[in-house]
Amino acid sequence: MTALCLVETEDGGLADASARALTITRDLGTDLAAVVFADGIAQALAPALADYGVSRLYIAAGIDGYAPQAYARVLAELSKLTGATAVVAAGTEHGNEVLAHLGAITGLPMAANCVAVKPASDGPLTVTRQRWAGLLLEDAVLDAPVALLTAATDAVAPVPAAGPAELQASEVRQDVSAADLVVRARESAVGGGGQSLATARVVVGGGRGVGSADGFVPLEELASLLGGVVGVSRVVTSEGWRPHTMQVGQTGTKITPDLYLACGISGAIQHFAGCSGAKHIIAINTDPSAPMMTRADYAVVGDLHEVVPALVEALRTRGS
Amino acid sequence: MDILVCVKRVPTVGGVITLTADRQAIDTKASGFTISPHEECAVEEAVRLVERFGGSVTVVSLGPVAAEEQLRACLALGASAAVLIETPDGGETGPIATAAALASVAAPFDLVLLGNEASDTGDYQVGIRLAHLLGRPAVTGIKAVTVADDGSSLAASRTYQGVLETFTLPLPCVVTVKEGINLPRYPSLPGRLRAKRAAITRVPPDSVPSGQGPSGQGPTASDLRMTSLRVPDASQKQAAVLGHGVSAVPALVSVLEEIGVTR
Repeated sequence: MTALCLVETEDGGLADASARALTITRDLGTDLAAVVFADGIAQALAPALADYGVSRLYIAAGIDGYAPQAYARVLAELSKLTGATAVVAAGTEHGNEVLAHLGAITGLPMAANCVAVKPASDGPLTVTRQRWAGLLLEDAVLDAPVALLTAATDAVAPVPAAGPAELQASEVRQDVSAADLVVRARESAVGGGGQSLATARVVVGGGRGVGSADGFVPLEELASLLGGVVGVSRVVTSEGWRPHTMQVGQTGTKITPDLYLACGISGAIQHFAGCSGAKHIIAINTDPSAPMMTRADYAVVGDLHEVVPALVEALRTRGS
Repeated sequence: MDILVCVKRVPTVGGVITLTADRQAIDTKASGFTISPHEECAVEEAVRLVERFGGSVTVVSLGPVAAEEQLRACLALGASAAVLIETPDGGETGPIATAAALASVAAPFDLVLLGNEASDTGDYQVGIRLAHLLGRPAVTGIKAVTVADDGSSLAASRTYQGVLETFTLPLPCVVTVKEGINLPRYPSLPGRLRAKRAAITRVPPDSVPSGQGPSGQGPTASDLRMTSLRVPDASQKQAAVLGHGVSAVPALVSVLEEIGVTR
């Protein structure tokens, strides 16, 4: 029995989300085969994949650029060829998109953003998957000849296999139709630059309590002193005080900083879906019973318009 | 340009999620209902496109009769027609059946917009399954749409791993969008009044395809069945109060030093 795992690359190496997907896939207890579409650097991934227990690497060649339906077509054929009992991808935009195409092509159900899988010796697979961006978990039975799954990107830590696998690599060239290639990404650089919210080590958050667009100036000063960036709650983008690209939450960005300093944010549950990956949370709020204040590690009861400038001043003095 | 926007009635959740005793659903006794922020943006995007190119915006929802409330909210934002596809007993349908039901009304439209994922079930697949049933191209997670002047194609883009990805799709097509593609307007008073009086087309549950078997996408034997829901174990930690107002600043600085984020 074989499980096929669609593997993505990031900065020339194995993407973190894919390492997590491989970790979950190992729980299926089958041989582990990886499929990589980046033919230029696929060979370089081989040692990392072997560490994660991959014994077979298929390098899909001949598709230029990300084309989700064509990727799914290749996975469908490889799945038949290898007699796979599961096809897994990371729960990224690409992973969920490709597996949804595979679900439509094969007619099979797909379980998105799984955090655990449990095979049964004589029966269908049991899965636990995220709903509400992880605020709720669903236990479910996935009854299908081939299990289509994506692995949540933030729930399972990436763990290499007990020992490296003996890995064999081979190239596959699957003919895909013109219709499968209609949707294909053209890549270009994103304007703006600067530190990304998703990967910043420090995020200073601002919510309704900030009160206005101008109110963010002290928060930006604080963020810059701490080498971080400013993130905002949904009300801030709805009010037009800051753009949506700065939004932390279920429908914004999921952050994983060492410190999230939440100022004037009450803490709707959708906001926690975005910031629960922070190692430490400090909340500043006038209302000590706000959910953000009770769920933080540290709380300061007070008006952010007084506390933040005083903190900026203290950090400046300390530095000089 | 005739646009169909698919929306879903979901519970409004605030500070906590409470489950029903049988753990089959969210307890909605004390909460209201809404549509997801992604879908609000899908409606706004459709209204803007029709303001520019002419045509119509139809909203469709699959769910209980009570979902008329969400459809009327979309009409107040500028949609011109609404369709409610009733589910058996007003219950939840899985993604395969949902796509099949939506496909039964989506064929006449030039563009079908959906939210990237429903905020409650988060299945991430209905739009793509719908596109396959219609034989149309699809792309998901879109944060910007530009329709060509002649209306024959659109460019859709999103950022992935720090890179801008742009897709060109011929119309008709299916696009799922994310919050941030636009800033939705507030409903106008005339809009709200019009929405209150508007007729909503109802499709009864017995005429809805199941999505299973040769006509739909799924072999009847395959299924993803929910057993139950649970709230993940939240850490029972209690926040340490560092102090009140500016007098807390020295303690705050010490904590920042301890975490190692001061320079």
